Amino acid sequence: MRPIPDSLLRMAALIRKESIQILRDPSAILIAVVLPVLLLFLYGTGVSLDLKHLRIGLVLEDTSPNAQSFAKSLVDSPYFNVKIVRDRRELLDDLDRGHIRGFVTVPSYFSEFRFREDAIAPIQVIGDGSEPNTANFVQYYVQGAFENWLQQEAISSDLTGLPLIKAEPRFWYNETLESRYFLLSGSLAIIMTLIGTLLTALVVSREWERGTMEGLISTPVGKWEIIGGKTIPYFVLGMISMAICVFVSTVIYGLPFRGSLLSLLLVSACFLLVSLETGLLISLLSKIQILSSQISIIIGFLPAYMLSGFLFEISSMPSWIQILTCFMPARYFVQCLQSLFLVGDVWPLLWKNIAVMLLISAILFVLISRNVTKRLD
Amino acid sequence: MNEPLIRIQNLSKVFPPKHEALKNLTVTLPARQMIGLVGPDGSGKTTLLRLVAGLLTPTSGQIEVLGCDTVRDAEKIHAFSAYMPQRFGLYEDLSVQQNLDLYAALRGLKKETRAETFKKLLHFTGLASFTDRRAMALSGGMKQKLGLACSLIGQPKLLILDEPSVGVDPISRRELWDMVQSLLKEGVSVLLSTTYLDEAEKCQRILLLNEGNILYDGMPADLTKRVEGRVFRIEDLSLQKRKHLAELETRADIVDALIQGSAIRVVAKERFFEQGEPTPPRLEDAFIDLLGGQQKGESKLSQAAPRSPVKEGEVIVAKDLVKRFGSFAAVNHMSFSVRRGEIFGFLGPNGAGKSTTFKMLCGLLKPTEGSASVGGFDLQKASIIARSQIGYMAQKFSLYGNLSVQQNLDFFAGIYATKEGLEQTLELFNLQAYRNDTTDSLPLGYKQRLSLAVATAHWPEVLFLDEPTSGMDPVSRRQFWSEMNGLVRKGKTILMSTHFMDEAENCDRIALIYRGLIIHLGTPDQLKEVAQSQENPHPNLEDAFIKLIQEYDAAHP
Repeated sequence: MRPIPDSLLRMAALIRKESIQILRDPSAILIAVVLPVLLLFLYGTGVSLDLKHLRIGLVLEDTSPNAQSFAKSLVDSPYFNVKIVRDRRELLDDLDRGHIRGFVTVPSYFSEFRFREDAIAPIQVIGDGSEPNTANFVQYYVQGAFENWLQQEAISSDLTGLPLIKAEPRFWYNETLESRYFLLSGSLAIIMTLIGTLLTALVVSREWERGTMEGLISTPVGKWEIIGGKTIPYFVLGMISMAICVFVSTVIYGLPFRGSLLSLLLVSACFLLVSLETGLLISLLSKIQILSSQISIIIGFLPAYMLSGFLFEISSMPSWIQILTCFMPARYFVQCLQSLFLVGDVWPLLWKNIAVMLLISAILFVLISRNVTKRLD
Repeated sequence: MNEPLIRIQNLSKVFPPKHEALKNLTVTLPARQMIGLVGPDGSGKTTLLRLVAGLLTPTSGQIEVLGCDTVRDAEKIHAFSAYMPQRFGLYEDLSVQQNLDLYAALRGLKKETRAETFKKLLHFTGLASFTDRRAMALSGGMKQKLGLACSLIGQPKLLILDEPSVGVDPISRRELWDMVQSLLKEGVSVLLSTTYLDEAEKCQRILLLNEGNILYDGMPADLTKRVEGRVFRIEDLSLQKRKHLAELETRADIVDALIQGSAIRVVAKERFFEQGEPTPPRLEDAFIDLLGGQQKGESKLSQAAPRSPVKEGEVIVAKDLVKRFGSFAAVNHMSFSVRRGEIFGFLGPNGAGKSTTFKMLCGLLKPTEGSASVGGFDLQKASIIARSQIGYMAQKFSLYGNLSVQQNLDFFAGIYATKEGLEQTLELFNLQAYRNDTTDSLPLGYKQRLSLAVATAHWPEVLFLDEPTSGMDPVSRRQFWSEMNGLVRKGKTILMSTHFMDEAENCDRIALIYRGLIIHLGTPDQLKEVAQSQENPHPNLEDAFIKLIQEYDAAHP
C-alpha cells in the first residue's frame, strides 16, 4: 500500500478540527439548522402573497332586491369577509383601526342608475391607502365580483329561469392561490446562500481575529490544504442543511417534488460551491468577522433575496437590473429549483444553469487562489 | 564552530503608507543559543520575528535562516522552525489533546511516533492530567505551555517565541523558562522577544531594538557593564520614599530612579553618588541608560491634580467579602482596609480571585455576603456617590478603538460631566500630536496614557488599576509609575491588581491572594523576608510569591 501523502493527512486534520468546532459552536448549528427551518416556517406559513377572506365593510344605503342580491354575491365570495351596515359612519372607526381593509358603498340610487347608458358603476370602493397592495386587491376583487354579478343579473333578467352559464370569479395570474409553493422552493436558494457565504466568511475571519491563522500559516501547511480544510466541512454541513430543508418543505408543507433527487443533488452542489467560494473570498479580503458578515449580507444575501427572481419576477424588472441579475448565482439556482419542484427535470434548462454556475465558480476560484497567501502582508 | 542560524542583510521593512518598522539591519546570529530581542514598544520586535518566520516579506534586503531565504524558501523554513505568536495560536474550543493532534498532523508527525511524542510533551509541560480540557478553560500560563507543546511537536531546529511570558503568573513563567532552557540543551535554537529584562538577562545574546535600529548587539552581561559602579541603593526610606523619589527625578546627574519596596534604586551618571550604597547592576539599569535615561521633571498629571482634603484614616473598607458563582467561592471571606494615600496591591496568580474582588469594590459585581465601602459610602446603598470617587483603568483599556483620541476623551468627559479640562488633559498626557488619530493605531504606551487620562478625568480619590503595565516596556513603565507616585503624594489612593513583581515593588502594602483568600498581607519588604534563607539571602518578590504559594498548596492539598 502506498503511503498517504502528507498534504492529504494535513487536510484531513484540518477538516477534523473544523468539524469539531462546528459541533461545539452553537452559532454554526444555529445558522445551519435552526435558521433554515425558521425561514421555511416563515415562508411556508407566515408570508403569503395571496389574499383570502379579506375583511371589508359594505354600506347598504339601498335595500332593494337588486342591492340585496349584490350584497349576497359579495358575502358568498371566498375572498371576502363582509360586515354589512346601513351607514358609512359605522365603518370609519373600523377602517381607522385596520379592522377592515376597505369598504363598498351601495348608494340609495343603486337600483335606478343600474342600467344607465354610460354604464358607470354606481358603487364606491374605499381602500386603505396605507397598504397600497391590499387596497389594489380590494379594488380589483370588488370590481371582479361586481362585473360578475352584473353578468349574472343580465342573464337572469333576459332569460328567466336557470342561468345557462355559471361564471366563477377567477384570477388568472394566481390561479391556485398557493404562492407558498414558489416561495418555498425559492427560499431554499436563500438558505444555501446564507449557509455558504455567511458561515464561511465568519469562520475564516474568526481565525484571523483570534490569531490562530498566524500560528497555522507558520506550519508547513499548504494554501490549498487550508482552502480544502475550510470548504469541505461546510460543504457537507450545507448539504445536510439542504436535505433538512427539502424534507421540511415536501413532507410538512406539501411542496410537490417533480424532478429527480440526483438532479437536485447536482444543482445544489454547484450552487453551494459558488456560495462557499464567495464566503471564502470575502473573509480573505476583510479578515474581521463583523465586516465579513456585513459584506456577506450585502453582496450575498440581499441580492439573492431581491434579484434572484425568488420574490420578484425578473422579467418585470427594469432592463438594466435584469442585466445585473445575470451576475447573481442565486438566480440560476432559483430557476433550477422552481423547475425541479414544480415542473420536473427539464434538462436543457438545468444544464444551462449548471454551466453558468460552474463558470462563476471557476472565476471565484481563480480570485481565491490569487488572494490566499501564507503571509501576513 | 557554529553555522550561522540567521543572517540578516540590509533588512528594511516599511508598512504602507510610510511607517518604517525596521531600518537597514545587518546582523548574523549563531545557532544553538537563546537570542533575546528587547526594546521599547513599537521598536520592531514582532516585525522582525515575523520576517524571520517567513510570514512577512522584507521591503528590501534579505534574511536567510539556516541557509534558506525567507521569501523563496518560506516552506522549508516552516518545516524546520516553529513560531509561537503573541496571542496563542490555539483553538480555544478544542481540547488540549485535539490541539496536539491537529498540530501533529500539520507538522507531518508519523502516526507510530505520536503517542510517545505526546506523552513526552504532556509530561514536559505538566498538562498530562488536562488532556480533555478545552483550551479556553486553561489559565494563561497553561495556555502558553500548550502553545509551546504544539510548537515543539515537529522537533523544530528553531523556536521563535513572541513575548511568551506576557499574562503568565510567576510560577508558570518560571516553569516556562525552565522548559525553554532544557530545549537549548537538546540543541534547539531559540529566538524570542520580551519586555521583561530579567528574562533577557538569561539569554546568551540580546539584540536591543529602538525605533527600527539595533542599539546593542551582544551578551547581556557586556551591556550591564556600562553601568557598573553607577548603581546605588538608598535603604529604609519607608514613608519618605515618594517625596525623595520626586526630588531625585529632577536631578540632572541621575539616569534612573525607581522604588523597590522601602528602598530606592538609583543609576547615576557618574561612578559616584552621595547617598546609599553601591549595588550590583542589572540589565534593566543599562537598558534605561542606553535609551537616554528617564524623563526628567515632576509629572504634569500630579501637578494638575487637586490636593485631596487631608483626611487620615481608611478610604476602602472591605468586611468579610464573599462572592460565589454557583458552588464555587471565587472570593472566600476577605477583609481588609486601605489607608488614604497608599498604594495597595493585590498580588496573585491567574484565577486567584483578584478581578472578582476588584469588581466588587468598583460596584460592578454584587457580593454574595459581606460589604464594601469607598470613602465612607457603601457600594450597595450609595453606589452612585461611591462610584464617583473611583477611577478605573481596565487591563484591556476600555477605549473605543475606532474613535479618535479627542473623541474618546470627549465621550468620557461627557459621562463624568467634567468637560472643562479637556485641553489640559491632552497636554498633560502629551497627546496633542495624536489628537485626531484613531485609538487603535496608537502605540501601546500611548493607549495606556489615554486610558489613564480617561480614568483620571474626574479626579477620583481612589484609582483602581488592573495590571496597568502588563506588556509595557521599561521606559513606559517608569513614566507611568512616576505619574502614580505623584498622584499618591497629592493624597490619592491607588489599588492595583497585578502578577508582575516589578509593579508590586511600588506598593506600600501587598495582599497576596490565592484561592479566594488573602494568604499574606504586608509591605514588600516583609513579604521578601518570608523567602529569606541561607541559600538565598536577598530574595526578590517573585521568590517570596512562589514560596508562599507552594507552602499554602502543601498545607491545603
